[in-house]
Amino acid sequence: MFTRIATIARNTFTELVRQKVFYILLVFALAAIGSSIFMAQLRIEAQFQMIKDVCLGSMAIFTSLLAILATASFLPNDSEDRTIYTLLAKPVPRFAYLLGKLGGIILLLLLFTLMMSVVFCVVLWMREQSALAQIRQEFASAPAEQLQLAIKSVTDATFNINLIPGILLIFVKAALLAALTLFISTFATSALFTVMITAAIYFIGHLQATAREYWLQGADIQWWTRILIALIALLFPDLQAFNLADDMIAGAAIPWDIFVKTFALGWLYVAVYASLAAYVFAGREL
Amino acid sequence: MIRKIIAIVLLAVFGLILIPFEKALDAEQKAVGLRSVAINLDLRERLGQMGFLAALSGFRSALAAVLWIEAHNAWERTEWGRMAGLFDTVTTLQPRSLLYWDMASWHMAWNASIAAIDDKTQPSEALRIRNQRQYIKLGRDYLKQGLRNNPNSAFLEERLGVLLRDKLEDHCEAGQAFLRASQLPDATPYIARFAGYELSKCPGHEQEAYDLLKKLYDEGPEQRKPSLISNIKELEKNLDIPPADRIDSPEP
Repeated sequence: MFTRIATIARNTFTELVRQKVFYILLVFALAAIGSSIFMAQLRIEAQFQMIKDVCLGSMAIFTSLLAILATASFLPNDSEDRTIYTLLAKPVPRFAYLLGKLGGIILLLLLFTLMMSVVFCVVLWMREQSALAQIRQEFASAPAEQLQLAIKSVTDATFNINLIPGILLIFVKAALLAALTLFISTFATSALFTVMITAAIYFIGHLQATAREYWLQGADIQWWTRILIALIALLFPDLQAFNLADDMIAGAAIPWDIFVKTFALGWLYVAVYASLAAYVFAGREL
Repeated sequence: MIRKIIAIVLLAVFGLILIPFEKALDAEQKAVGLRSVAINLDLRERLGQMGFLAALSGFRSALAAVLWIEAHNAWERTEWGRMAGLFDTVTTLQPRSLLYWDMASWHMAWNASIAAIDDKTQPSEALRIRNQRQYIKLGRDYLKQGLRNNPNSAFLEERLGVLLRDKLEDHCEAGQAFLRASQLPDATPYIARFAGYELSKCPGHEQEAYDLLKKLYDEGPEQRKPSLISNIKELEKNLDIPPADRIDSPEP
């Protein structure tokens, strides 16, 4: 069974790569390099902050978009070109088909996140080197203590171990969105419908924590409002839980246990959405 | 259809089971300074509809960067009021970023205040001085607000001390800011000396300044900078320190 899932995942991954999605990387690289050139006129520490803001923001946008758009299109496409019938006529269970597809997309998202991280690190490193060279020149005749402080201010502002959990959470959020899109696509009538609904859930998901707090506090509100916010709290994922990169760029550190819990929560959502998708898809007429 | 309904019900049950965990995780994340921005009407008014949507969708830092660049452009056009508005928004979006608080304060207290005093379009000197002081106080307020959001930041305390010393000449408050900074873990090595220098200029705090500077002096040659020695010697005279207790370094 695992071999079948792996084969479908590999084929899905290859299909997506052939759709030239990696051209998005060029846009990302342009954004990263372009911003780093433009920011040369800002103060050194500000340059690093801006590069991180732009790069991690772009990573979040591109991975989310890729997760939603790639997942939304595969079921309608497979139905249209009849691949799904050929596949399911073989001894491939429906859930294996879905898991394979999801696996392929998550693999693509992982590779995509890794490649964007490499571009990001290279741009940041190049900027760091040029800033350090500038500082060594400016502080050539200054006392060693001042030079060390200036160098430390640059190195502290560039690479930070906290960026790694931030990037991993961007990836896990994209994987969650892919699984959610997969679940919606199992009862959607078109790719457009899936994209629209997932986009709506994306925005509502960022407000889920607010709705949950409001509901749990037992505020004095009308009954139908209470039902509505309860539904939001119960049915939608808390996407703000994965938006920690913003605070990490600003210098906040994520403790290991909180990172593990958040990371595990993301994969739990992936597992639940994938299971529900398999359940709905099992009864779907093809 | 039944499968779809069952799936939705199962999703709701899963959500219900998950609520205590998500609530606890939310509290834990907030306790360590993550998820620090409150989504409220004030933020909505500052950002506009699209900006608010972007901030909601996890692109808060990217949006703050874009607005910061806009503020930089406003600086090049010397639009100080617009800059202040943009700084308010950026610091609301990224309250944990020390850099934004520091830069906003620097632009207001240094650049905008000097532009105000040199403003040729304002014939009244009294008004120019008033405007200058308003910008300096605005700069100070950014740092104080930054410290409310980042209470243990030696960097912001130090910047506040510098502003109070150089722009408002409030040596007592500057000394206290440097002193608070020096007690924080990431303080720069010279900041305790700064606290002593400023407290020595604050009436009624000379003894405190002397004790602090003497303690630094006793730490060894690393701390025995010319300014430190001359400040101690000055305080020894003013406080009538017995000759036997005075430092033996020569006057720099």
